[in-house]
Amino acid sequence: MAYDKFTILKSTAVPMPIENVDTDQIIPARFLKATERRGFGDNLFRDWRYNNDNTPKKDFVLNNPLYTGKILVGGKNFGSGSSREHAAWAIYDYGFRCVVSSFFADIFKNNSINIGILPVQVSELFLDKIFTAIEANPQNEIEINLPDQTITILSTGESESFDINGYKKHNLVNGYDDIDYLQAMKEDIRSFAATSLY
Amino acid sequence: MSSTPTTLFDKVWDSHVVRKITDGPDVLFIDRHFIHEVTSPVAFLSLEQRGLQVMFSEKTFATADHNTPTVNQHLPVQDPLSAIQLKALETNSGKYGISHWGLGNPKNGIVHVVGPENGITQPGMTIVCGDSHTSTHGAFGAIAFGIGTSEVEMVLSSQCIMQPKPKKMRINVNGKLGKGVTPKDVVLYIISKLTAAGATGYFVEFAGDVFENMSMEGRMTVCNMSIEMGARGGMIAPDETTFAYIKGKDKAPKGEAWDKALAYWKTLKTDDGAGFDKEYHYEAVDIEPMITFGTNPGMGMGISKRIPVSQELGSGKSSYEKSLNYMGFREEDKMLGKKVDYVFIGSCTNGRIEDFRAFASIIKGRKKADHVTAWIVPGSHVVERQIKDEGILDILQEAGFELRQPGCSACLAMNDDKIPAGKYAVSTSNRNFEGRQGPGARTMLASPLVAAAAAVTGVVTDPRELIAEENV
Ligand code: SF4
Repeated sequence: MAYDKFTILKSTAVPMPIENVDTDQIIPARFLKATERRGFGDNLFRDWRYNNDNTPKKDFVLNNPLYTGKILVGGKNFGSGSSREHAAWAIYDYGFRCVVSSFFADIFKNNSINIGILPVQVSELFLDKIFTAIEANPQNEIEINLPDQTITILSTGESESFDINGYKKHNLVNGYDDIDYLQAMKEDIRSFAATSLY
Repeated sequence: MSSTPTTLFDKVWDSHVVRKITDGPDVLFIDRHFIHEVTSPVAFLSLEQRGLQVMFSEKTFATADHNTPTVNQHLPVQDPLSAIQLKALETNSGKYGISHWGLGNPKNGIVHVVGPENGITQPGMTIVCGDSHTSTHGAFGAIAFGIGTSEVEMVLSSQCIMQPKPKKMRINVNGKLGKGVTPKDVVLYIISKLTAAGATGYFVEFAGDVFENMSMEGRMTVCNMSIEMGARGGMIAPDETTFAYIKGKDKAPKGEAWDKALAYWKTLKTDDGAGFDKEYHYEAVDIEPMITFGTNPGMGMGISKRIPVSQELGSGKSSYEKSLNYMGFREEDKMLGKKVDYVFIGSCTNGRIEDFRAFASIIKGRKKADHVTAWIVPGSHVVERQIKDEGILDILQEAGFELRQPGCSACLAMNDDKIPAGKYAVSTSNRNFEGRQGPGARTMLASPLVAAAAAVTGVVTDPRELIAEENV
């Protein structure tokens, strides 16, 4: 699935200082019944966001009009649990393009990059600074510069660099995905398969 | 053959790299691909939109499990959305020539139960599936892990995925397990030590005599939950136990092919002196029957202990409090004696025959506690038949239990098997996340023995008190 190119993102951010946010919270299993990739954003954080009678829970951050933007800032070990790519779809579909945390679960990180969400891993210290900046003023913006691999809190100018491998960066910047790459090397795959024991 | 000592993981991984990308992932060839109804439809749709074909349809296997009802499977599926997903799996499999074990097929069952059961899973393979507990297959000395839907599409269209090579961790457990201590307790113990993110970025090898002495079912339970410590997957070196399990299975190699495969499989172990990025050692005597008290699988403890206070754990205090609040528990509470409303035995973690034997060993001659609702769900039709053939069904029925039909059921509660809000469940599955077993459900993860003890007493009970002396 092709996605929009990702270069520099400047946006306010939504803070969610909760550790171990798992994919069952991001999108509960009962919303995985679709056969198309559509409408998952409505059920993003469904059980944290809505009461049983579907009224919004006032104290949940996505229901607080103060906080908006394309960046979601989560606590340590974000995205643990199930391999459901639906979690990344829901985040993307809701309007986020970047998730910042001090630690990501592996499969979630892969899934995110594969669909065009940039997971930015920062130090615990820097994560705290981001939360503090948003708390001070929800209008404070964060800038994610993918070509330079930096994240900056614009109100304070504090900045940190983040890791991403060259291949994935190239994909995100150009809007390519792995399937394009693999299709171009089919002959190699075929000859490899011919030698397989299984 | 190179003379540098090499790990089991490296042997299998390196032999599957089609291409190494500089400053990027490896292109990894995949030997076996399992699909199910929930994470495959969008992959097929996208395949179609791009005009791509399935490259090696004989390497992919489809089974229906996540969404299926566990009663009246002979009737049309009631939930219209589930029915559409199941139909899509059938149609897509048919269209691309993929073998499909749908509802009612005697081979149907949970994907990670039916793969090994039919000899599809073999040592030295790379195996993926759009389900994080694909790590189960690592019990055979395979590299097996869960993938997302984009990757399902990659495997369908090119039989490869692109992955950076993970780091390597070895977890050693040695000694003799005590009475009532099962493979589930071993893995819950390890996760409680490592935390739910302790192995993120790593691929784990489980080593030591505790695993060597385990049955294949037990090894699968352990590898199944490697994802719950954050690991990409876990594996155990294949040995005679492994070979004996595979031999004669439907899809296992036969005749000369068997001899050839066996000769290769025997080379699949970590050489002496091979390096790991991280290594842990635990002692079997320190492990007692385990139970979780919080909302991630790392929040587990010995069943006789008290719930730790947050400072002891070094995790964020507010997240810890949120978790205990959700469960309705307090720091320093005892778990023993807490009321249990539901008991679930099943899932790809503990839905194999050995698990039902263990469950039956405790309930035999006892009665289900009146207020407990028990869902007893075999991992596959093969397991269901074994339960009947071995007389376990009679023991269940005499004790007041019913047997349901195979599927994932309350492990993820996508079908009707949902624990009601606020209710407490002792579950043999793998995740105790908020709402995992139904909105508001409170899950305590444990072994089949602990589940059985709760089912007959109605409260959290140490199974060692109920184990007959002759079974020790
Ligand atoms: S039983 Fe649970 S963990 Fe296993 S395949 Fe089904 S949903 Fe996944």
